[in-house]
Amino acid sequence: MADLPRNRTPLVITALAAMGILFVALPLAALLVRAPWSHLIDELSSSGAWTALRLSIEVSLAAAALSLILGAPVAWVLARSKIPGRSVLRAIVILPLVLPPVVGGVGLLAALGRRGIAGRWLDAIGIQLTFTIWGAVVATTFVSIPLVILAVEAGLRSLDPRFEQAASTMGASRGYVLRHVTLPLLRPQLAAGLVLAWARALGEFGATITFAGNLAGRTQTLPLAVYQARQTDPGAAILTSLLLVAMSLIVLVSMRDRVFAR
Amino acid sequence: MTLLADVGLERGPLRVRAELEARDGETLALLGPNGSGKSTVVTCLAGLLPPDTGSVVLDGRTLDDTAVGTHVAAEDRSVGVVFQDLLLFPHRSALENVAFPLRARGLSAADARARSDELLERLGFPTARVHARPGDLSGGEAQRVALARALIHRPRLLLLDEPTSSLDVRARSEIRPLIRSILAGFTGARILVTHDPVEALTLAHRIVVLEEGRVTQSGTPEGLRNAPHTSYVADLVGVNLFAGRLEPLDRGTGSVVTPAGSVVVPWPEDLPSEPVDGVLAVLRPSDVVLHTSRPEGSARNVVHGRVAEIAIEGERARVRLAGSPPVVAEITIGSVGRLGLREEGQAWASFKAVEVSLVLP
Repeated sequence: MADLPRNRTPLVITALAAMGILFVALPLAALLVRAPWSHLIDELSSSGAWTALRLSIEVSLAAAALSLILGAPVAWVLARSKIPGRSVLRAIVILPLVLPPVVGGVGLLAALGRRGIAGRWLDAIGIQLTFTIWGAVVATTFVSIPLVILAVEAGLRSLDPRFEQAASTMGASRGYVLRHVTLPLLRPQLAAGLVLAWARALGEFGATITFAGNLAGRTQTLPLAVYQARQTDPGAAILTSLLLVAMSLIVLVSMRDRVFAR
Repeated sequence: MTLLADVGLERGPLRVRAELEARDGETLALLGPNGSGKSTVVTCLAGLLPPDTGSVVLDGRTLDDTAVGTHVAAEDRSVGVVFQDLLLFPHRSALENVAFPLRARGLSAADARARSDELLERLGFPTARVHARPGDLSGGEAQRVALARALIHRPRLLLLDEPTSSLDVRARSEIRPLIRSILAGFTGARILVTHDPVEALTLAHRIVVLEEGRVTQSGTPEGLRNAPHTSYVADLVGVNLFAGRLEPLDRGTGSVVTPAGSVVVPWPEDLPSEPVDGVLAVLRPSDVVLHTSRPEGSARNVVHGRVAEIAIEGERARVRLAGSPPVVAEITIGSVGRLGLREEGQAWASFKAVEVSLVLP
């Protein structure tokens, strides 16, 4: 049987789609046009962009890992336990997704800052998070963790629990079932959660600058470096921005099959 | 090797109460319609669902006893289960699926693979396919993997939950002899759950019938066929079964020859025109027409004999005709009166060849 010709896209949709694409692509194109390419190397090295890039990679990977380690168990509880008030609990842990990150930063200061309600105890045993790379990791994890929770909870809900029951009739202990049945079956969702959290962590700004500060070489990730350069050296800001665009594009392209194509 | 179970379970609106005994070297069929609670009982025996009341004892070991609060978890029982939809792990190859029960019990990877390989081969699984994922297996191959996975750790109790329901007709006739030989070679207690009367009648030594959570009858296949207690049992197991040798007759038909007489049947489409031994012919009693004189018509099968029994069940009557072969007919009470049938009288039964279905070995 011959394929039917595709329906022609209505003109109005084509026009609006072109505007939509232009809307997103124009600022990116402008960055490329306005970048002071001739001073590429000088500007990037003098503005500390390389240090910021390294920090960004370290912080975002650590935050993605921490989000997975803490977020996946939260997803388990939300999907499988019968504790009361689950929907309220879900709303609370998903909140960082919609909250302005600066609010998260303020909250983290009140909780884990040196005089925060929990931070003073950490301070007493010599642990300080504010103005350290660990502070940047904590702030970034705060905004990334909902993405892991959402992805893994959806995965757990679509997982047929009878696979795990079948495994237990084969003599598998609960730990063995978790390692050899549940987690392997959840792999696509765990990977999706991890990559989404990493992408989100890479662009984090508000919570990090509020909680961890903007210290070059210690807490200044790429977005913070762009913000700082913007005030003194617009050319460096554009080049640093392009660095971030390139990084983000790599992450998105690397996850396209895994996350979007499903 | 004996399983003794007497359990009460409540699942939503369904209350199940089942008493089962699977003795030495015996296959017990749990027969019932969908929603009768069969799978609930299997889930309970496997240890996945503790009974609300009652006990389960396997080979003298108490697995469940609600009176004293005993419940042995599924992973600590020695059961092999073939689940209705198989539940093969999609992320593991055929071989890794079979090896799972051994690996979970701590056997080394090499030993587990060797044993799994050997068992798969014995069950007729193609050697070249052992590394295929379940999604790439045919129905018959997947069934063999599920059977191997249930048997690999040599359980003391084998539970087969609708083991052929996921297969098409062709694969089913291919798997049934395999299940028969597995059941025959298995030394522990074995329970076959099915809604297919032919499967129960041909594979089991004893049958327990479950309807709406209650056991309505239990006994040998012979006993159930001769005296069904409920209309469901009559409908399901009260079928006429003729076991014998299939011989080609004229074009498109054959004859199942039994010691007690023969029956004309349609010849299976792709079967070569040669005699086949060990064939079962199944005929529903409601497809049999009764007459008081020799019938004239196109029906290929006509049996004359004495009316041995007329059993009334509600609006229907089951009439046993002692002819050659003996035939049971199910007709309305009105027809009994109209025909003037009475026990010890004479009657003719007729049925068309196409109404007889065949189960090949």
